[in-house]
Amino acid sequence: MQSFLEFEKPVAQLQARIEELRAAGGACSADIEDEVSQLEAKSHELLVRTYANLTPWQKTQVARHPRRPHFADLVAHGFEDFVPLAGDRAFADDQAILGGFARLQGRRIMLIGHEKGHDTQSRVRHNFGMAKPEGYRKAIRLMDLAGRFGLPVVTLVDTSGAFPGVEAEERGQAEAIARCTEACLALPVPLVAAVVGEGGSGGAVALASADRVLMFEHAVYSVISPEGCASILWRTAEKAPDAAEAMKVGAKDLLQAGVIDRIVDEPLGGAHRDPVAAAVSMASAIAEELGALVGLAPSTLRRNREDRFLRIGG
Amino acid sequence: MSWLDRVRNTLPFLARREVPENLWIKCPRCDEMVFTREYAENLSVCPRCDHHGRIGADERLRQVLDEGFALLPTPAVREDPLKFRDQKRYTERLKQARAKSAHADAFVVAVGAIEGRPATVGVQDFGFMGGSMGLAVGAAFCAGADDALRNRRPYIVFTAAGGARMQEGILSLMQMPKTTVMVRRLREAGLPYIVVLTDPTTGGVTASYAMLGDVQIAEPGALIGFAGQRVIQETIREKLPENFQRAEYLLEHGMIDMVVKRSELRPTLARILDYLAPHTG
Repeated sequence: MQSFLEFEKPVAQLQARIEELRAAGGACSADIEDEVSQLEAKSHELLVRTYANLTPWQKTQVARHPRRPHFADLVAHGFEDFVPLAGDRAFADDQAILGGFARLQGRRIMLIGHEKGHDTQSRVRHNFGMAKPEGYRKAIRLMDLAGRFGLPVVTLVDTSGAFPGVEAEERGQAEAIARCTEACLALPVPLVAAVVGEGGSGGAVALASADRVLMFEHAVYSVISPEGCASILWRTAEKAPDAAEAMKVGAKDLLQAGVIDRIVDEPLGGAHRDPVAAAVSMASAIAEELGALVGLAPSTLRRNREDRFLRIGG
Repeated sequence: MSWLDRVRNTLPFLARREVPENLWIKCPRCDEMVFTREYAENLSVCPRCDHHGRIGADERLRQVLDEGFALLPTPAVREDPLKFRDQKRYTERLKQARAKSAHADAFVVAVGAIEGRPATVGVQDFGFMGGSMGLAVGAAFCAGADDALRNRRPYIVFTAAGGARMQEGILSLMQMPKTTVMVRRLREAGLPYIVVLTDPTTGGVTASYAMLGDVQIAEPGALIGFAGQRVIQETIREKLPENFQRAEYLLEHGMIDMVVKRSELRPTLARILDYLAPHTG
């Protein structure tokens, strides 16, 4: 079952009509066949037009789409031989951030990313992709491991933000994020980050302080959620669409600002309409970027990475 | 930006006098009326209940540094990069903040000495748009770190912020890795980086340079955390623990080294510097 977003209603109506006709038409009726193919062409064209002109708020909804490919889907279809590794060796294994060895087009890498889950049970297990300090500390441990064994690191960013909770604060959420950002910057191996869904605030940047930052066409990346921004500056979360617009959360604006380096196209109508194709194109874009970085001396990598962030906004 | 603003921005030391409007002030914690002069002489700490009041950058520098310190010029940055507008234009909010401040933004850097020990000191001013971190704060923090690196001085930073400056969007988020780059450089150069967390320090500031000090100090009662209390309450829907996200709570949970009263800050920093300051010969 395809689930439609609010702004896709016209497409949904056409699709419903097509279903109806198909059901009524039975085996062979030339007229109905004709109408169906006309409607399909129309629906296709409408989808193309809609997705070519998404507003920042609409993109936010696409980025949060429940069927959008998450870490597990991207790993399954874009990478090979994933060997999950667990735990921060201090407190727990946070399932909001997953990681482990993997191969990308044959190359051995360390793969780390947020996982949001896909149904109620898995969403609870992964805490909706909102990591706690132990998640960031696991990422730090895996980056350290990768650095010592010369494995390039790939991160897949997809979080509404770090978990806002009592126990997270108690165990040093802020410190864990700061150290994780620092671990990214200290890596002696290449680090390529991809914002694949939501890049929410400090919880995202902790995994995205990278040599190269890629972004899916309809992903969003921002300092605060549009709802959060709206409730502070407009004093009502209902102004979230305005906040998304004002903060310029979309990939094109971020590319222009030099915050990201490359936009990866999504299948027509968003990554959730064809997760396999989306995973394949993201993986091959990441592989290309990695290819340009491997072989650089650790000091060169670090210096370029530092300069990248010192330069932004300047 | 008008030429007047531009000139004013390049003259951060062009201080407007802070004239106390009232003879008495009311302590926000114990509600006691305190004679304004007595309050000021007590370093803006309530003499009755020891509440540490929020203070501006200039007052902080006067309290911490020996006489004769000098302000460093803060780098000019791109103003209003997003042409941001909510109910008000961002440029309008900046103008209002500057009208009330002696400085062009929320982070001020000075060079001087603490009981004779040379130091570069950065102070974040909560009074300026909630101390929020945007391009200007990030650039000023980095300028302070640069100064410390060039002159092989310790870098001491007083933090105070609601978080990132939303009006600069993702560019404010990018200040987190940017400032972290400079903290790493201080570390590599063997220079001490000391953080004093003041009330309040939250959000992206806490999750970057505010938590990366070699020694972490906090003022009594200071609110320090990543997420805002309202957000947490909405998430967990229970009462927050007593003292939650206060300096003493962080000390108890192993997140900072010490809670130090304002009156003890100078001698404490001096003692720590004696252990960590780079050898000058």
